[in-house]
Amino acid sequence: MSFFSYAWDWVTTSANWHGNDSIPQQLLAHIGYSVLPLLVAALIAVPAGVAIGHRGGKITIVVVNIANAWRSIPTLGLLILLAVFLGFSTLTWLLPLVVLAIPPILVNACAGVAGVDPDVRDAAKGVGMTTWQQVVQVEVPMAMPLILVGLRTAAIFVVATSTIAAYIGLGGLGRFIIDGLASEQYGPVAGGALLVVILAIIVLALFAGLSRLVVPAGLRKQAKTE
Amino acid sequence: MTIRITATSGIAALAVAGLAAVTACSSSTSSTAASPTTSAATSASASATSASSNPLSGGSSSGSVVVGSANFPENEVLAEVYALALQAKGVKVTTKLNIGAREAYYPQIEKGTISIIPEYNGTLLSVEVDKSNTAKTTAAVDAALAAKLPSTLTVLNPASAQDSDSVTVTQATAAKYHLKSIADLAPYASQLVIGGPPEFKTRVDGLVGLKSTYGLTFKSFDPLDESGPITLAALASGKVAAADVFTTTPQIISDKLVSLTDPKFNFAAQNVIPLVYKPALTSTISDTLNAVSAKLTTSALLALDVKVITDKENYTTAAQEWLQSVGLG
Repeated sequence: MSFFSYAWDWVTTSANWHGNDSIPQQLLAHIGYSVLPLLVAALIAVPAGVAIGHRGGKITIVVVNIANAWRSIPTLGLLILLAVFLGFSTLTWLLPLVVLAIPPILVNACAGVAGVDPDVRDAAKGVGMTTWQQVVQVEVPMAMPLILVGLRTAAIFVVATSTIAAYIGLGGLGRFIIDGLASEQYGPVAGGALLVVILAIIVLALFAGLSRLVVPAGLRKQAKTE
Repeated sequence: MTIRITATSGIAALAVAGLAAVTACSSSTSSTAASPTTSAATSASASATSASSNPLSGGSSSGSVVVGSANFPENEVLAEVYALALQAKGVKVTTKLNIGAREAYYPQIEKGTISIIPEYNGTLLSVEVDKSNTAKTTAAVDAALAAKLPSTLTVLNPASAQDSDSVTVTQATAAKYHLKSIADLAPYASQLVIGGPPEFKTRVDGLVGLKSTYGLTFKSFDPLDESGPITLAALASGKVAAADVFTTTPQIISDKLVSLTDPKFNFAAQNVIPLVYKPALTSTISDTLNAVSAKLTTSALLALDVKVITDKENYTTAAQEWLQSVGLG
């Protein structure tokens, strides 16, 4: 039997959609485990990235390198470490996923703002904008495509990785994968994995829609003609 | 710069996906091994060691033997015990420790690439040799093994030491409900949460067996890990009232846990037993290893585990100390 036939058989079994630990329940839990870390990471990394990119200079290189090195922190290892020291609180699963999501957002926000054309910055200063206005009304909108790329990358990482919450006994789509592996039933394993992939694709579509809303029309037109 | 950054994130995403695929492949082979393990994390790394065809295998012809071990500390120290005991009797021994889970080492001993490995009679029978067998007591399991093992393999005498699943509680819980055996849980089970590895929910000797053997229906089941840090943290924090903890886990001593007795044999016997490649067997080997098994009790095994896992002692040193203490080194 192929991966897809295992997955399809399991996803189309109606019993899996009802009762305890059903697909809708774990799907909802999984979305919860993904949205909160992404929000927290965005709240930390977007302002930080924008501020560092605006400042420019050598510090951007230092920060980008630190963020990239930070990507090597093993999320699962961190999760288990926190489970041993903090017990089973919200922070135990939140922190590793936030740590995972920060680098792409930080690096992209920093690069986006740092890459704003110096002439445009000059022009903004020239028309009398304060630093705050310059950042919020000019630099951030111009960096928006890259900021969204960072957020989208982080979102995909988090959706894929919050399957590990199941490792410490929580829910989410990882529950199907881990329980299926443990009891040697490949239906839930393949089905759970397929659902994670579908969720990731939905996230991609959501971000495509979001970029249409948030990226200034002029920039979108410019990107099309380039 | 923009293009470079997006290309970098693209490559990074691809690398992460690739890593995820590789991790998924290697972790699926290691989690099916039901053999008791006191450190869950080490199993994924060694399963890449495949049984290579070694033209120099069958070292038995020169009178030397290869003692192998699985990829968890208890098994490694047991292999060192066997190896040192044999060396003390003049047998030429080489060790091949940390081979992998049963899927990795069993084909090697079947072919004779390794000659001896410490096994556990219950899981050897139920996972590898005869999956449908329901033997529970040491005698029944050994008899089934003798009947069903392939012709190239044999087992020697079992030790009284067992490393089996259990229903374990904290000292406080045992005192509160006056618990000594699993049967004592009957009036309280519906108020208690039990934890264990995910497969415990559906396994024949897991929740299913506890219900049919002792009539226990717990309030709920918490899927944790294989008697590892998650399970022990859940017990300590009170997230679960009882958990499946392997009986030679060192934290039983350090966390003062109480493993309830299993008078009705819900969990099959899991005696430590030497599995031997028959063509390599000599009377010296069987006499030596039988003498070791005669002295190996569960408390001795637990003490060895405390030494190598908690105190981080060297396997050879710990094995040597124990053998000398029982006069076999």
